[in-house]
Amino acid sequence: MYEYNQFDRDFVENRNKQFRAQVERRLDGSLTEDEFKPLRLMNGLYLQLHAYMLRVAIPYGTLNSRKMRQLAYLADKWDKGYGHFTTRQNIQYNWPKLKDVPDMLDALGEVEMHAIQTSGNCIRNVTADHFAGAAADEIEDPRPTAELLRQWSTDHPEFQFLPRKFKIAITGAPNDRAVVKAHDIGIQMNRNEAGEPGYRIIVGGGLGRTPMIGKTVREFLPKEDLLPYLEAILQVYNLNGRRDNKYKARIKILVHETGVEEITSMIEEVFEKQKSLHQAPPAEMIEAIEAQFLPPEFDTRPIDEDKLSKIIAADPLLRSFVETNTDLHREDTHTIVTISLKPIGGTPGDATGDQMRVMANLAEAYGYDELRISHEQNVILPHVRRDDLPEIFKVLKDAGLATANVGLLSDIIACPGMDYCALATARSIPVAQELSNAFEDLKRQKDIGPLKIKISGCINACGHHHVGHIGILGLDKAGVESYQITLGGDGTETAAIGERTGPGFSYEEIVPAIGRIIDRYLELREDGSETFLEAYRRVGADPFKDALYSSEAENA
Amino acid sequence: MARAFTPKVVTANALLEGDVIYMKPNGEWSRLHSEAKLFEDETEANDALAHASEQASLLVGAYLADAVKRKDGKPEPVHFREVFRTKGPSNYPDHGKQAEL
Repeated sequence: MYEYNQFDRDFVENRNKQFRAQVERRLDGSLTEDEFKPLRLMNGLYLQLHAYMLRVAIPYGTLNSRKMRQLAYLADKWDKGYGHFTTRQNIQYNWPKLKDVPDMLDALGEVEMHAIQTSGNCIRNVTADHFAGAAADEIEDPRPTAELLRQWSTDHPEFQFLPRKFKIAITGAPNDRAVVKAHDIGIQMNRNEAGEPGYRIIVGGGLGRTPMIGKTVREFLPKEDLLPYLEAILQVYNLNGRRDNKYKARIKILVHETGVEEITSMIEEVFEKQKSLHQAPPAEMIEAIEAQFLPPEFDTRPIDEDKLSKIIAADPLLRSFVETNTDLHREDTHTIVTISLKPIGGTPGDATGDQMRVMANLAEAYGYDELRISHEQNVILPHVRRDDLPEIFKVLKDAGLATANVGLLSDIIACPGMDYCALATARSIPVAQELSNAFEDLKRQKDIGPLKIKISGCINACGHHHVGHIGILGLDKAGVESYQITLGGDGTETAAIGERTGPGFSYEEIVPAIGRIIDRYLELREDGSETFLEAYRRVGADPFKDALYSSEAENA
Repeated sequence: MARAFTPKVVTANALLEGDVIYMKPNGEWSRLHSEAKLFEDETEANDALAHASEQASLLVGAYLADAVKRKDGKPEPVHFREVFRTKGPSNYPDHGKQAEL
């Protein structure tokens, strides 16, 4: 876990002091809302539909128990006893009062957290693979790079007024769990022929109004060239990005309109210049960052496999949890536990203050004090011994956190939608809740198999609907909520944008419509091992369109 | 041809809490849509909005929202977004205005 140095502490403290004074000036009338709005947004404070919302950065999704407990404290003291974990590994508080926000920011500062650059046309919180440092398939832990990028991008004077917001994601593994191809810059660690680690650089991905899969502009970038190379990308974007039209201002449009070959040569040209000007960060600084992400000293005493399998076999709920919510760890005595924040019928990504404390306690007792937030709105215990699973499961079950649905139908991503968001055109959370309720039987969900449903309440696509196997987009159609379906999206290394099926469905119709897609999939799959996405790729959209629209016509 | 004016309420968010507020007939602010003044005259509605927009120390983002007159004479929102604003989030019935309704 990265610990702030004096520079970081002073920086956050000064920003908090500035913001406290800005809030005071807004409250005493010396600042108008037009003057105050950009200042509050720079500090993560939005005004939503019913209240203010504070978006707190969780850099590369990494937390320890102390930070998690402080997030719980904020939830209890200044919100309504819960927080909402987002698809960008942030946490949002939905009910803060303006006068309390400076105190909330000070409380965050106490545990080395802040809300800076969680809004505005700047480089946002850098996200990373939530299994970083634990996954068996990893080349290197991507978090030292993510931390370097955090330091480089925080308050970077050249990149505070970009044409539009700018999102960077990084993964250290070939299996992409960080959706790197749907970010402005996606970084995937790889190796060159000599076996040295470096980065594949992907540019111009994004969802929103114009979804695009990112293009590779550099197959292998040596690690030491990262900052000048990213500066080259950002300079090309800063100068050439479409500032004339908000909807065309993201780098994906520039890459698309310019063409990948041309944009690559523009970047390479600036990079050559930038590299000669650039002073590489001193080796000791990089080493100091890396030293803060060293793996814990794993307790590798052998596991009593017989005993453990007997315990697991004796408890069907535990067995189901182990099958669904754990992943392969780099140490075979260990496993990665995903704690689902998707209880049946619940709000995706919400956790109460008490639940946050339970997760913090588990991390401290069994998980080397490490926690991660995933872009899929779940919480991860990245390192736990496999023989601690029964105890961990018991504690989670008592806290309502043991839903064994990770990767299944009810593990739905949903943006806050029109229940909170001022930009939303329809609700998304209740659609997720009703879908989850309609398929509440976890055995049925397991039979349906791996399925990613992702729901956005507007075209901005915070719910990643374009890369959902089944995507749902809520729109306002002549004053009525209407939901468009996309199929075949994929947010992994085989990334794809889902295809629209046709006309949308009303709020009342959308859950039955998804039911018809599932029924059709179960009819046409070759066997239980063919996933929804595989079946879709084999048969295409037509059978599903038929299920969606012809049965609707029959029922009409 | 310009579209005919439809009745409106003046609404905004309160500066301190961010809660949704509505202009009452006496020019003060209420948290309840049912207490809002329904403006049936366009000039009057625009004047009220201009007056609201000057109250920067009380509120944020004033605008006119469509509403209709109920049988009991009280206003009722037209668009679903405005209906949600009178209540609160649908996933927590005990949060927002609906907790007190």
